[in-house]
This record gives sequence, structure tokens and C-alpha cells, in this order.
Amino acid sequence: MKSPYSSATASLNFARDEQEFAAGASEWPSELSRRKFLKIAGASIALAGAGCTRNPPEHIVPYQKQPEEIIPGKPLFFASALTLGGFARGVLVETHEGRPTKIEGNPLHPASLGASDVFMQAELLTLYDPERSRALKKADQISTWETLVGEILAAAQKWKTNGGAGLRILTRHETSPTSLDQIHRLLTKYPAAKWHEYEPLGASTTGAIYHFDKAEVIVSLGADFLCDPIAGLKYTRDFANSRRPKNGAMNRLYVAESTPTLTGAMADHRLVMSPAELEQFARNLEFGSGSAKRITDDLRAHSGKCVVVAHELEAIAHRINDSLGNTGNTVDYATPQTGGRDLRELVDEIRAGAVETLVIINGNPVYDAPADFEFAKLLGKIPRTIHLDLYANETAELCGWHIPEAHELETWSDARAFDSTATIMQPMIEPLFGGRSRHELLAALLQDPAASSYKIVRAFWQSQHNSADFEKVWRKSLHDGIANFQLPIANASAPPPSAEISNQKSEIRNSLALLIRPSAQTLDGHFSNNAWLQEFPGPFTKIVWDNAALISAATAQRLKLESDDVVKLIFRGRSLRAPIWILPGQADDCVTVQLGYGRTHAGSVGNGVGFNAYTLRTSDALWGGPGLQIEKTGDSHDFVTTQHHWKMEGRDQVRVGTLAEFQKDAHAIAKGDEPAPREDESLYEKVIYDRHAWGMVIDLNTCIGCGACTIACQAENNIPTVGKEQVQMNREMHWIRVDRYFAENASESWTSHQPVPCMHCENAPCELVCPVAATVHSSEGLNQMVYNRCIGTRYCSNNCPYKVRRFNFLEYDANQFEQPATRKLMRNPNVSVRSRGVMEKCTYCIQRINAVKIDAQIANRAIRDGEITPACAQACPAEAIVFGDINDMNSRVRKLRASPLNYGLLAELNTRPRTTYLARLQNPNPQLEHA
Amino acid sequence: MSTEVQEPIVAPGYDNESVTRKITDVVLTRPVHRGWLGGFAIAFLLLMMFNYAVAWLLYKGIGVWGVNIPVAWGFAITNFVWWIGIGHAGTFISAILLLLHQDWRTSINRFAEAMTLFAVACAGTFPLLHLGRPWVFYWLLPYPDTMGMWPQWRSALVWDVFAVGTYLTVSLIFWYVGLVPDLATMRDRARSKFLQLIYGVLALGWRGSARHWKRFHVAYLLLAGLATPLVLSVHSVVSTDFAIAIVPGWHSTIFPPYFVAGAIFSGFAMVLTLAIPIRKYYHLEDFITIKHLENSAMVMLATGLMVAHGYLTEGFMSWYSDDKFEIYLTLNRMFGPYAPAYWLLVTCNVIVPQAIWFKRIRTNPAGLFVIALLIQIGMWTERYVIVVTSLHRDFMTSAWAIFHGTRWDWMTLIGSLGLFATLFFLFLRVLPAISISEMRDLVHKKAKAAA
Repeated sequence: MKSPYSSATASLNFARDEQEFAAGASEWPSELSRRKFLKIAGASIALAGAGCTRNPPEHIVPYQKQPEEIIPGKPLFFASALTLGGFARGVLVETHEGRPTKIEGNPLHPASLGASDVFMQAELLTLYDPERSRALKKADQISTWETLVGEILAAAQKWKTNGGAGLRILTRHETSPTSLDQIHRLLTKYPAAKWHEYEPLGASTTGAIYHFDKAEVIVSLGADFLCDPIAGLKYTRDFANSRRPKNGAMNRLYVAESTPTLTGAMADHRLVMSPAELEQFARNLEFGSGSAKRITDDLRAHSGKCVVVAHELEAIAHRINDSLGNTGNTVDYATPQTGGRDLRELVDEIRAGAVETLVIINGNPVYDAPADFEFAKLLGKIPRTIHLDLYANETAELCGWHIPEAHELETWSDARAFDSTATIMQPMIEPLFGGRSRHELLAALLQDPAASSYKIVRAFWQSQHNSADFEKVWRKSLHDGIANFQLPIANASAPPPSAEISNQKSEIRNSLALLIRPSAQTLDGHFSNNAWLQEFPGPFTKIVWDNAALISAATAQRLKLESDDVVKLIFRGRSLRAPIWILPGQADDCVTVQLGYGRTHAGSVGNGVGFNAYTLRTSDALWGGPGLQIEKTGDSHDFVTTQHHWKMEGRDQVRVGTLAEFQKDAHAIAKGDEPAPREDESLYEKVIYDRHAWGMVIDLNTCIGCGACTIACQAENNIPTVGKEQVQMNREMHWIRVDRYFAENASESWTSHQPVPCMHCENAPCELVCPVAATVHSSEGLNQMVYNRCIGTRYCSNNCPYKVRRFNFLEYDANQFEQPATRKLMRNPNVSVRSRGVMEKCTYCIQRINAVKIDAQIANRAIRDGEITPACAQACPAEAIVFGDINDMNSRVRKLRASPLNYGLLAELNTRPRTTYLARLQNPNPQLEHA
Repeated sequence: MSTEVQEPIVAPGYDNESVTRKITDVVLTRPVHRGWLGGFAIAFLLLMMFNYAVAWLLYKGIGVWGVNIPVAWGFAITNFVWWIGIGHAGTFISAILLLLHQDWRTSINRFAEAMTLFAVACAGTFPLLHLGRPWVFYWLLPYPDTMGMWPQWRSALVWDVFAVGTYLTVSLIFWYVGLVPDLATMRDRARSKFLQLIYGVLALGWRGSARHWKRFHVAYLLLAGLATPLVLSVHSVVSTDFAIAIVPGWHSTIFPPYFVAGAIFSGFAMVLTLAIPIRKYYHLEDFITIKHLENSAMVMLATGLMVAHGYLTEGFMSWYSDDKFEIYLTLNRMFGPYAPAYWLLVTCNVIVPQAIWFKRIRTNPAGLFVIALLIQIGMWTERYVIVVTSLHRDFMTSAWAIFHGTRWDWMTLIGSLGLFATLFFLFLRVLPAISISEMRDLVHKKAKAAA
């Protein structure tokens, strides 16, 4: 791949090499006619276009901004979707001259509502990951698609006679209507073939869809619904909307859990309990007895306007919701889709030798299948294995065939969201590494190997909507990112089969319990080779480039363990070495491990990072259980964290109060110990910002601390990752970090998260001390960093009380991964890449401010409130970050700054920050408070 | 005039000729001594290590050091302030004591001034090396450029450039002007043509006429007057690097006087560190007498007490301010992760100098040598504590972190000692380490007084 610029210069160099001075280079040759000139000009345009842009030949319909033609420097936004756990989340992809440079949520899509999470943001880096699989391989030798197709077609002759016996398809959770149709046709064609699905994190067994905006009381039984990979963005939005006090009321959240989750951190009552106690608590909640009585009372008082959410105890939650009349109000149930067969069935068949051909579409079962299946050994028993994935991962290593997969942003496909909304996914760029889509592989299995993804997807939708206006509906569907087709989707209200949970009590009460959870960084291992996510600090531990066995302080003390100790975790006969980390808020006597680490074939970023918790995960205990033993090994591990101190030391960074206190005295909560100095206390003349005055308000009441802002900022502003060693030296580069504070009193278990970008102080301490005026104030109140002028004294950082400035101590951007060409394509062309020795920091996304300012000026109109959205605010699922013009009387940011909850961080230093915070409110149950 | 002294400031029995011979012989006739060669070799090796560390730094970037966010300044600024402080004693001895007619300064002023120059040279490298992009250091200077950009005058770092630059210039001129009559003596005494030429050029045609001497004295006195305020101003300005910041532990009005006292304190420690071995190995006990050592020690004691007073004031003010950040800072210095460094500095800078109260100790060269070394360690630690402990835990607890120097930090610090020592060894070999003309003057005066 070449950029347009490099190809243009390359062609110039070529001309120079051929002939030092080409004819016509110095003077206009008389024989060059107008006709010839046009020919040459046309040829050079074609040359410039040929090698550099990978525009797919199919129609891509832009969203929202429909340009007459592509204007260089003007990004285009295309609607599509990215899947997580099989489910679609709508995205808008910003592309610059055919290069996707940023992923945003699609406001029209129900699963994203315009917001994004770290995974959606980081998918961009995966797209450009130079270590994605590049070559189709047969038994480790590079081969061709045609050879593979030949082998499939040969095998198909046999399948025709035996009905496909021995043919097995293994996919991840599949929601794509096109894929499902293809698989259905395949199974019809070969009735003896079977389709299996395996999704390491699974999906809800009841298919519950919650409406937190309608719930006044929410009880979570160990469910981290705000971070649900499938619907968490919508849940967070709904939750935030009912969290903001309206008419003196806000929702109340009870969370009973064993290991800290971001949902738990938002709770008004966080009840820490072991998994066994949680089960007992759930029963009590159902019957209104024991410890849960007052909570049950609260739920009953809000019948139909409350909701109970659970993770492993979904059946109980379902019964409670039913009995409270919540079903149909605050909770719905999606019709269970016909899915593939279980992985266990496949495993049994392989063991029985009944599988001849296994096609693994998109997955890594060797790494992430339950350990008792011993999938790696099983693969050897299958004569023919074909594997399709983005990465040549652990499974690819053991499969006969490996096909590089085209990224979801590189190919046509479709997928459904958690609520069954379908999206047709369109490619943003031609496959960078020549990958194939799963539709093409399935088509090959259907003996239609020539079919392109575009044709397959379009043909499917045409078959569903075969009428004259198909083209119109198709285009609108692409434009909106939502398939506007009437498809037969069963109505979502049929109650699901009520799963009985075993009534037997856990026998081994005295032992430790193991909790297996997805990682907040690498999820299930899919993102292991993504440096943005490896360097994304865990929401509670702030650990980067590692996973840890989390344990409570009391249990650690009992077992004579300390953070960094490496222990041997023995769980039901399997053992694993893991370093431990003491985490406040963790229940006693249980150890939490995160999946997604300890990869061996992830790539140079993800290999050997952390330990592989899948080795303890068996099919009968997917989320862990009792029966864990710990042995101390005497070894120690170096954890690297981005935040070392966990207390606020009475400095009022996060201000918290209860709703009752707020109603009593609205201003009391946000008031700090010391007031900010008055503006007229200065000897200097007051600076007047007469045009714009940009400001930002961050609402700590709705911020859940997910960190989407951090990664969105990283993607938008070309922020490099620095690696574990550099983070250990406290040199991480995030422009907006999320600070985490634990309660100082051990008996309380609340946690606060606080995103901290540059405060853009009106009295900026950094500006005063820069000897070369490299950081200066703009007439609109922005604290600007002039990279070109910076000589790197770092005085500004020393004098910044918020420590939001980041320094390029080394050449981070050029050297880290030797800058493969694909990484350069990923850059946001509107943001300079910073070199070594230069300070950088949050700019309020000045490139976005200026783009809108220019547009408004051309149109001769005022800038509308909300028109400018920095990357952090755009990503925020809770809409906790609001940006705008303080001079605009009607702007949201001005109104929020006038809120009694508004306060400036460390405002007593007379910095007069433009970024301010809204204090956090808690709505505890007075019954429980006094109990 | 000089007060009555108990011990002589120059041993009896010297006349003009013997003084001149004794001092010039060190340079002109004494063969290269094995001790000098060994010392120079070690110094030169350290200098090469310095060059190596600096080359690596320039190649890789500032990240080879341990600096981080929040502790964005580390060894470099510590070293800078320390070296600048050491550079204070030379001018103090030459200029202030000259104006105060302290005759005892005569035998130590020359090498004290040389020490100043070399210390300022060492100091000057650090602010440049510590830049993220050292190749554009000249943006700190006000020069006409096409963008019309000037330095940002409110920043103390710009003041630093001028303060240190002025100090270096004036010190150099002052030292050189004082050298001119001696260079002429060297020219006259040198036997080889080459040396005659070199010293001759450097002597600027000095013939020792009465008019020359008259002009010389006027110029020297004027330069002394010019240099005197610089002794106070340079470190005051350097201290504003910290004092104008809002960082607790830096933001303090006592910094200028407290830094100046500290500078003279460490400067005299360095004078003693150098004088004691020199007088021993070059047998200059007759010129650098116990009286000199004792006087220097007493200056050290006085300035050490001022520094101790500064520490007390800092502690008191943080309590009196009732500012939670200041109070935390003081407690963190005393009992936090850098507490060993804090107590080391208190021991070296406050407790150890109290030994000087005892006559037996302050007239014992070996004892003074040890005290001087400890004070230098203490003063380096003091700057380290000021720079690092203030930054590592400031306002936002979420940004708190620990700083440790890497091996490149240590190599640069120790290597800068090599730079200093190399320059000093060369100085001893090529220039008269004691002012010949002033010594002759002194001997003359003594003789006259005796007569």
C-alpha cells in the first residue's frame, strides 16, 4: 500500500531515473497538443490512483454528508457495523481518501446510539495490524484460494453421495442473515453435515433485553450490564438518562457482586459477597427474606418500574421480573434464534472419529474452548481442517488449511444487533492483506466459489425483498446503517424457557472460589494483539499489559500473600501460575482471573502477555466455581500500573453527595474546602473572550469509567502506545485518563472514576513557565500546544497541577513497531504526529473545532451547539462529557456550568479551569441507610 | 586593612623571587608527576564516560534518563543547580573578599575562580542536555528571526539563560584580567619558544609599567564590583526556576536567599576539597596555610547555619500556611519514600558542619576534607530532594509516582565530575594556580609592615 503522496513522488522518481531530464521538463514542447496533454494528464491521474486507493468497485453510499464528489481533506462517513460476540453494533467510519481513520458509533443504530466503547474504537488498530494473517496456507506452506477451492470441490463429490457426513462447520455466534442463509442452504444440501457454534463469552440464555430508562430501581446480581459487550452502550445510555436527577428523582441501583465491576462502582448500594452468598442473596431477594428484605420491599414498591439483572442467576432474575410485572415494561425477551449445535457435541463426534472435514469459521477454539475439551489434541484426529480468521492464531497453527479473513471493514456482510436490528456492512477499503470473507468460504462450500461477498450479500437481501424498489431500499439501508427491509422477525415478547437452576448448595463452602471473567482490555483474547487495548488501564487495577488474579486484602492476609506474588491456582485438577493483585472491593475468599491473555500466537504485541485463564476453564464451570486452591511459589511478578495511589488524600477531586443532601442544599456537595479566588482578585486585567469560549463539563454522576474516551482520543489524535517498560517509567501518553479512587474507609466499598483531560485553564500555570512560548492561550480560551516550537524543557508539565501533559521521552511514534506502512494509513491527517522531545496534551480536538468553524464561516452562519464534538465526548456512552461554547447563552455546556453541582478541579489554585465537573450523586435507600 | 591574624597567611621567609619561582615552577619546570598523570587519567576516563552517556542521550532521547510524568525534572536540573552553586565560591572569594580587603583570599582566589569557570561550564551543559530537543536550544535566546518570535519573558528558564550567561562572562573576564600579569611572568620565565609565544600572546603585551598596574587595579576593582551583585543574583534567579512555579515545595519566597547561602556553602566546600590536596601534593602549605582553611571552614559554618535556618523556615511555613498541599509535602519529605535522602541532607548539611565549631577540627586538613566532601554530597541531595520530592507527589494523587535515576543519569552526573576534574588538572599544569602578582604584593606588604 502506498499513500497518494508517496505514489506521486514515486512516479516522479521513476521519471527521473529513466531520463535525468525528460523531454518537456524544462520547456513546453511545441508538438505537445492539447490532446496529448490531456492524455498525459489522464494517465498521471490514473497512475496516481492505481497504486494507492483501494476503492471497492461496488457502490458505497455515504451517510449524512453526501458530497458532490470527494474533496481531498474532507472526510467521508460511511455507516456499517462491527460485531462483538456475534452481535452488530452500528458504526460510522470516517474515511480520508479511502482510508478508514476513525470509528464512531452510528446514532441511528440501537446498539450504539452514536456511542462507542474501547473495543469499537480499537477495532481500527486491528484493521491496520500488520501482523494480521496475510497468506493462505496449507500445512504451513503458502497456497492459493484456487487450490483450496479445488480440494473443496473434490470433497464435495463425496458429500453429494454421503449427504455431507463428516462435514462439520464451527462458527462463532452467528447473527448474519446472509451467513445463516448460506449455512441453512448448506445443511439442506448436505443433510448429514452439522453446524456448531461456540462463543467463548456466550450469550444471555434468556435473551433478556432491558430498558433501564424505565427502571426506577435496578438490582444487579453480579451482572456488569453497563459493560455488556453486546448491548452495554444502550444500557449505559438508558441508565445515565434515568441517573440524572429529574424533578428530584433519580434511579437507585443495588449491585450484589463478588468482584468489582463498573456497574458495581455506580451502585448506590454495593453489596460485596462471595458467589455462594450471592446465590443465597438472590433467593432471599426472590422471597423477600433475610438480608434482601428491604431491597425486595423497594422493588415491590416499584413494581413494573424496576428490574433485576443477573449474569449466572438469570433464571431467578427472570422469575422476579415476572412476578413484579416488569416483563414487557423494563425487560423484554428476544425470541431465541435458531443457532448452531453445541461445541460439546462436536467434541464428542471428533472423539468418536465421525468428523472428516472441519471448517472453523472465525474463531480460536484451540485457545478459548473449555480446557476439558482438549481441542488442540482433537484437531489432530480430523483429516481435513480449514480455518478462517483475521489472525494466524493458535488454531490456525494446528489446522491443515488457514485462510486469512477480510476484516469487517474490508468486506460486505451483515449482522443483527442484540434486538435483532439488521445492518448491512459495507467495506471501507479493499482487503489490505487479501483476506476472504466467511461468505466466500461458505459459497465455496456450496460450490459457488466465484461469488463475491458483495454479490452474495446483495443476492440474499434481494431474495428477501424482490421488488422494484429494491435498489432504493438497499441504498437507504447502506446509508442509514440499518437494513430497512421487512424481514420476518418474530415478535419479542414470548417468554423464554425458564431455566431451572440447581438447588443444591455448594458443598465445598470453606474453599476458595474461582471467578472467570472477560478482560476489560482484550475481552476474550480477540484483542490480544491490539496495543491500544493492551495499554488501556484496567478500570479498577489500572494494570496495563497484564492480567492478574484478583484477591481481597483480608484473604491475601490470611493466605500470607502480597500483590505481585506469583501463585499456583489449582482448580479441579488443573493448575495455572498467576501473579496476584490485591483489589479493594473484591469479596473475601474468591479469586478473579480475566480471560484473553497468555496467548502464544497472537502476534508480537499479544504473545506472552499475562497468563491464560482458559486453562482453568472447563465446560462445567465456565465462570468458575468453588474448589480453588492456592499455592505460593515464591516468585514475584512486575505489574505495571498507570495509577499507583488509590486515595484522594482529602483533596476533593471527586465530590460525592446523596440526593437527599442535594435537595437540602443544592450547592453544598460541589463546594470544596477552599473557594476559588474571585476573578477580580488578580492584578492583571481580565481577559475578555468575546467570540467563542470553549468549555467542557464532565458529569461524574453518569460517567461509568469505561475508558471509551481514552481510546477514542488515542485514535483521533494519533497518540502512540509506548509499551510496558515505558509505562513502568510513568510515560504513558493518554491525553484523557480515567482516574480511579477507592473509599478511604475500608468498610465502604465505593469506587469513583474521573476522566481527566486538559483543563484548559484560563490562568494556565503551564503557559507562564514555557521559555519559548510553545504553549499559549488562544483567543477562544484554548490552552494550545505548539509542537513545532516546543524544545522540551518539560517545565509546563511540572507546573501543571493536573498532570495531564504527556511528553515524548523517546521517539515513540516512529520506532515502536518499525512503523509498518499500514500504520501510516491509519493516521488522522488532521493531527500532527509528534516527534521525540516534544510535549503534547489534549487540544479539545482543535481539528474538529476548526473544521466546523470553517464550515460555519463558509455558510455564513453561527456554530450550532453540539455541532463540535471532541472524540471523547462523541464516544461517551453515558453522554457524560459535554463540550461547547460557554459564550453561547443556550449551549448545554453553559447550562451545565451553571448547575449547582458544577465544580472546578483544584480551582482553589486559581487556575480557572474550562473543563469542570458535575459532582456525583448517590441515591441510597433510607431504609438501608439506617438499618 | 587586614585585621590582626594569629596564624600567618603566608609563611615567613619569602621574597618576590622565591614566591615567583615556587608558583611558576609548578607549571614550567616540574616534570609531569606520576600522581598528576594518574589523577588526570582517571578524570579523563570519567570525561569519556560523560561523552558516551551524552552521545547516547542525544541519539536516543531524554527517555534514557529516569525522568517521567510527574517527575519531569530529575538529575539534570539537580546537577545544574549543584554545579552552579559550587561555582559561587570563586567569585565570592575573588570579588567580595577583595572589596572587603580580606588579604587571605590572595592565595586561593585564582584556583577558586578557575573552579567557578569549570563548575559553570559543567552546570551549563545540563540545561541544554535536559531539553527534549537540545538542537534548538538557541530558541531560548532573543535573536531576530523571520517569525518574530522572542523568548517568553515570564519564564524563569529565560532568566536563567541570562543569569548564567552573564555570570559565566563576567567570571571569565575577571579571571582572565587577574591572570594577565601572571601570564607575563610566565612568558618571561618560560624557556621554550613555544611557551613564550603562547604565554606572550595571552599576556596581551603586559610590561609591568606603572601605568599598566594602575589601569589593571582600576579594572580589577571595577570587575570585582560588577561581579559582586552577580554572586547574589545568579542563584537567586536559579532559585526562581522553582519559586515561580505553583508546585508545593517550590513555590516559596525564601528560595533566593536560601539558595545563595546554599551555593556559597557548597562552593566553599569545593574550595576546600580542591585546596587541601593541592597544598599537600604541590607543597604549597606556605601559601595556602591553615588560616585559609580555617577561614573557609568558618564561611562554611556560617552559610551552613543559614541553610539550616532555611530548612526550619520551610517546615515552619508549611505548617503556618495551613495549606494541605504544603503540609503534606513537608511530611512526605520527612517520612515519605524519599525520607532517606532528606535525612541524609539534614545530616550532611546541618549536623556535620557543627564540627567546625571545634578549633581542633577546623584546623585539621584531613577532617575538613571529609566535612567538605560530606557537605557536597549533602548539597547535591538537597537539590535532589527539592526537585524530586516536590514533583513526585503534588496535587493530583492519581498522578503520584516514584522517580529513580537510571544508569545514564548516574553516568552523566559522575561523568560531569570527570569534565570538571579534567579541566582542573589541565589548569594546574598550564597556568599558575596561585596569583603570583598578588602574592608578591602580599609579601611586599608584609615586609614593609615588618620593617
